[in-house]
Amino acid sequence: MKRKRAFLVVWLGLAAVLLIASFLTMPSGPEEESVQEMMRDAVLHESNQISLFGVCTVNPGLVSGFVVTAVLLVAAALIRIFAIPRFKYVPGKLQLLLEQAVGMFDGLAKSNSPWRNGFLGSYVFAAGAYIFFGTLFELFGLQAITTTGRSITLPAPLSDINAAIMLGVLSYGVIFSGAIAGNGVRGIGKALKEVSLLISMSFRLFGALLSGLLVTELVYYYISLSFVLPVIVAVLFTLLHALIQSYVLTMLVALFYGEMSEPPAPKPAKQRDKAA
Amino acid sequence: MNIPLNIDWQQILLHLFNFVLLAGGLYLLLYRPVKDFMKKREDHYAQMAQEAEKDRQEARQMVQDYKEKLADIDQEIAGRKQAAQKELDQLREQELAQTKKQADTILAQAHAATQQEHDAMLAKASKELTGLVVTAAERIALKSQGDPYEQFLDLVEREAPDGQQQEEN
Repeated sequence: MKRKRAFLVVWLGLAAVLLIASFLTMPSGPEEESVQEMMRDAVLHESNQISLFGVCTVNPGLVSGFVVTAVLLVAAALIRIFAIPRFKYVPGKLQLLLEQAVGMFDGLAKSNSPWRNGFLGSYVFAAGAYIFFGTLFELFGLQAITTTGRSITLPAPLSDINAAIMLGVLSYGVIFSGAIAGNGVRGIGKALKEVSLLISMSFRLFGALLSGLLVTELVYYYISLSFVLPVIVAVLFTLLHALIQSYVLTMLVALFYGEMSEPPAPKPAKQRDKAA
Repeated sequence: MNIPLNIDWQQILLHLFNFVLLAGGLYLLLYRPVKDFMKKREDHYAQMAQEAEKDRQEARQMVQDYKEKLADIDQEIAGRKQAAQKELDQLREQELAQTKKQADTILAQAHAATQQEHDAMLAKASKELTGLVVTAAERIALKSQGDPYEQFLDLVEREAPDGQQQEEN
């Protein structure tokens, strides 16, 4: 009971301090950036760019991508070193979670593409993890300094159109490779029929992630909307977004890969005789 | 070349590099080891199931074998019982024949003994009857001859040679 009361006091005190700090740090003059400029920049990243180790300037989404990749790889390495060697036949919580994730993407690949699904499983696993954790990344609100000296919150990597194009094109490339592996030269024609996937997958991802980003930016732009409301708008919507976009892209890739890599059905005996 | 929407080939390639790095790393560090472990566990349980199936098969085979053995043993028991019964019948017949033979012998002996005894008794009875008849006849004769004293003396005289002989001995 005492511990509960202490926790409550600390929690409420912290909230009060943060509230006061946010009012105290509120800019007194007019906004540096209008809402139109801010929204436009969230889409195009024309002004708020970040220097990449002094070599070139890049969109903040790319830096987010690098951070997400680094965090995921470090986590994977730690899991590989400390958790996987201790796996048991009757799994614990972490093992169950990992097996569930791997089993889900492996099952997705196997159920949608009974042919050549080994590579597909690992691809959809990586893509799903990147989209899911990349989308959740924006919740952490990591700050970066732009080339103009402004502080910005790092967005989800896939809200950058270049990342969305990369993942869309790469996914189409995977589907294309499946078509060639399954049907040879005939597979090229089959895959080219679905060339619209290139654009649809890229821009679906970009549009979905960008819409989330824009709503969040809009909410945080006005100080009066920055309390309580973000819990629903940012946290819940981002969580839903992360799940839905991961599922949609991986499911589409697996589905089209299975369809394209399906070997041609053998001709019936009568037709073969006629052809002979 | 200025591409609309701030699309930049260099950044696309950097994103691609980033993703390839992530995909490769996740495959090597997470996906493959977890999948391998799952496969190992699946194989383990499949092997266990296979062994259980093998054991069950062996148990079924054993049951079958035992049933066959039991059937063989039953058959053997029936055969042996039949043989024993046959032997028993044979022994009984032999015993019966022997007993009958013994009974016949005993009967014959009994017959012979009875006959002998009968003959002996008959001879004895005949002798006694003869003696009685002689005695009766003598009495009748004596009665018809007169004085009893005279008859006594005659009788003594007749029997005297036997008495003299006894005295001489």
